[in-house]
Amino acid sequence: MDLRFTEAEIAFRDEVRAFFKTALPEGLRRKMQEGRHPSKEDLVQWTRILNARGWAVPHWAPEWGGTGWSPVQQYIFQDELQQAPAPQMLAFGTSMVGPVIIQFGSEEQKKRFLPRIANLDDWWCQGFSEPGSGSDLASLKTTAKREGDEWVINGQKTWTTLAQHADWIFCLCRTDSTVKKQEGISFILVDMKTPGITVRPIQTIDGGHEVNEVFFDDVRVPYGNLVGQEGKGWDYAKFLLGNERTGIARIGASKERLRRVRELAAVQHDGGEPLIRNRRFMEKLTAVEVELKALEMTQLRVVAAESRRQKGKPDPASSILKIKGSELQQATTELLLEVIGPYGMPYQPETPDGWNEPTIGPEASGSIAPAYFNYRKVSIYGGSNEIQKNIIAKAILGL
Amino acid sequence: MDFDLSEEQRLLQDSVERLIADEYGFEQRKALGRAEHGYSAAMWAKFAELGFLGLPFAEDHGGFGGGPVETMILMEAFGRGLVLEPYLATVVMGGGFIRHGGSEAQKAALIPEIAAGNLTLAFAHTERQSRYDLNAVETTAKRDGDGWVLNGEKGVVLHGDSAGKLFVSARIAGGPRDRGGIGLFLVDGDATGLTRRGYPTQDGLRAAEVSLAGVRVAADAVFGEDALPLIERVVGEAIAALSAEAVGAMAALHALTIDYLKTRKQFGVPIGSFQVLQHRGAEMFIALEQARSMAMLATMMAAADDADERCRAIAGAKIQIGRSARFIGQQAVQLHGGIGMTMEYAAGHYFKRLTMIDLMFGDADHHLERLADAGGLMGD
Ligand SMILES: Cc1cc2nc3c(=O)[nH]c(=O)nc-3n(C[C@H](O)[C@H](O)[C@H](O)COP(=O)(O)OP(=O)(O)OC[C@H]3O[C@@H](n4cnc5c(N)ncnc54)[C@H](O)[C@@H]3O)c2cc1C
Ligand SMILES: Cc1cc2nc3c(=O)[nH]c(=O)nc-3n(C[C@H](O)[C@H](O)[C@H](O)COP(=O)(O)OP(=O)(O)OC[C@H]3O[C@@H](n4cnc5c(N)ncnc54)[C@H](O)[C@@H]3O)c2cc1C
Repeated sequence: MDLRFTEAEIAFRDEVRAFFKTALPEGLRRKMQEGRHPSKEDLVQWTRILNARGWAVPHWAPEWGGTGWSPVQQYIFQDELQQAPAPQMLAFGTSMVGPVIIQFGSEEQKKRFLPRIANLDDWWCQGFSEPGSGSDLASLKTTAKREGDEWVINGQKTWTTLAQHADWIFCLCRTDSTVKKQEGISFILVDMKTPGITVRPIQTIDGGHEVNEVFFDDVRVPYGNLVGQEGKGWDYAKFLLGNERTGIARIGASKERLRRVRELAAVQHDGGEPLIRNRRFMEKLTAVEVELKALEMTQLRVVAAESRRQKGKPDPASSILKIKGSELQQATTELLLEVIGPYGMPYQPETPDGWNEPTIGPEASGSIAPAYFNYRKVSIYGGSNEIQKNIIAKAILGL
Repeated sequence: MDFDLSEEQRLLQDSVERLIADEYGFEQRKALGRAEHGYSAAMWAKFAELGFLGLPFAEDHGGFGGGPVETMILMEAFGRGLVLEPYLATVVMGGGFIRHGGSEAQKAALIPEIAAGNLTLAFAHTERQSRYDLNAVETTAKRDGDGWVLNGEKGVVLHGDSAGKLFVSARIAGGPRDRGGIGLFLVDGDATGLTRRGYPTQDGLRAAEVSLAGVRVAADAVFGEDALPLIERVVGEAIAALSAEAVGAMAALHALTIDYLKTRKQFGVPIGSFQVLQHRGAEMFIALEQARSMAMLATMMAAADDADERCRAIAGAKIQIGRSARFIGQQAVQLHGGIGMTMEYAAGHYFKRLTMIDLMFGDADHHLERLADAGGLMGD
């Protein structure tokens, strides 16, 4: 056992860190530090900067633009990215549909879609959840019927993140209702410009617009948009969600947020002195730091074991990463709100870039309460924490 | 020992609960909130008509002689309805300063106006550096002939954008954190030198940043030249009232959640059949009842003469309310899944209001620290 990175890994970390320092646009860095949302343009620009360096999809197979880095290098890259702090690549393309296409797609699909995902030429969204099918995803009702060389899709998806920007959506559709519910599902790619698709925004409690309802009314797409085999969509979805869970702990982002907590606590006063010198506050902050360190060690253990595991089979321990990772993201947003105190109250919608309305209260305080509200989502999506605990109880504890 | 309401109090409860049930549904509230000041003038007039606005004032002054229990009854119902009108700012706080700190002349001039619904008030106290410390006042008041001149900046003044008059705390003497030397003044909303920048708060209420540049007030605007004990007393009453409001919001949110567990189906069964969710619902219920108990303690102690005993009970209530509200708010969203995250559903609005209540007059940790410093709740 040795906790230290090897010299080669340290050199790699320094290289990545130096690159982020110069390549990440300053305005975008500030936006990320202040907890504001990167725009579509920000994300496209940043993805292309990374792609030009060959780092937009480091975890993909090298023949499709990946790097061939070891799991430890992948981990270092993600950690540095989140602490830069830089936006994460759009997960729907790079971490969800991309790996599914690489693993199960046709040669033609690979050639057509993968380079455009890596360069964010196509913005993807995820059409899994439906109003009646959240945790019980396999009960989904949206149908795709084969007519000649086309699929005809009818139904509704919901909670579709950033569908308002999307060029493509990958959907789970029911293609056979005569078999067991998991066996009648197929994985189909749909161009968002196809007639019959309607996107309706859903406003979240923080006032933001990141999720949508997506309606399908006789939407016709080529039969060839099916990924892999008919009826195997559920297996591909499980493969995809397993990938999603390992990336979901967001430890680097929590570290970065704790840095901001410390910065703000140094200038916010309580009882006549900086909050950071308040014993009770420091104990609370320290307790979160201890949990975060423990989770980082757990993550590293999962990473180290990854190279020995069968490819494509996620570790059930990744559920620990999802549960604790989401709890700690929430704990850090809670700490920020506690630090800002009464100035968490004003509602100040995010202004477009270049807008000069002076903030009410301390600099950048406007995003703090909304982030606290918004981050309640992280224990709901990607398989809720209750569902993750069911997985641990079944798959690990044998209950 | 008696936890029961009197006959009159039950009538008051019926009348306010009926009003909230009939006229303060979630969709109706949205419409009310779109009015100019973020609340409805017509609803405010109805409050006057029903006697809510004169409730805590002595009958001699044109009020109805209600006490903390009557305030609790109203505030709990307001919590259920997520009421937007400035009752806390005007009647509980502004009214509190007048009842405890006003001269006979001030009472005679102001109380009938409040009771009739003609005058709304706000309390401009918090400053950038003060956070939750009531003694941290840097706004100044300087004598000017018979009157005073005020200078300084106040922040997050609840309903400060629309209030007809504002109670402003300002330092007459002493250092920035001294307990002594804090004056309390009543300033007209349209006084020369007073500017306010209004904005919505996270929970859909309104507040303002208020700046005072050479604002002149007359001698009859003074509500105390050593007013910190008065401020502490009134803030204590406000905390008791807010606790009741929080209990109303928690009770409504809990009921909404339990109802959802019974109706939402996944895996072919109501999600309420999963034991983990049953237990979560039970834990929320326990948190709610613990909060209710402490809100009652705060209510019954709010008028106690022993300041030390009163302050400890109030701090204890704010701690329990903060903790219960956080747990119930977060879990309500969690148990609703995606729908709990949306603006078009009530759960998130209760969650936000409860979160903001924690940030008012000191959060749970603030009071925990003060109470621990004072030797705890049970020590002497
Ligand atoms: C902000 C946000 C973004 C999202 N983005 C996307 C997206 O881009 N694409 C997409 O397809 N989906 C997306 N989702 C949907 C997300 O995956 C679902 O919300 C999630 O699966 C939960 O489903 P639900 O909301 O229907 O809640 P439900 O499944 O109805 O769950 C309600 C409650 O019941 C609990 N529960 C359910 N079943 C059980 C059980 N068996 N045992 C114990 N407890 C249980 C849950 O944990 C939860 O607390 C997003 C959701 C949110 C909030
Ligand atoms: C100090 C002591 C004194 C006692 N005195 C008396 C006495 O004077 N007279 C007497 O008759 N008995 C007495 N008992 C027995 C006591 O009532 C039992 O221990 C108790 O009923 C639990 O039963 P058990 O020990 O068989 O545990 P089990 O019932 O086997 O429970 C084991 C665990 O499973 C949990 N569990 C069980 N069923 C469920 C469920 N449906 N859902 C969720 N969780 C569940 C329990 O909460 C517990 O954590 C005493 C026990 C102790 C420890």
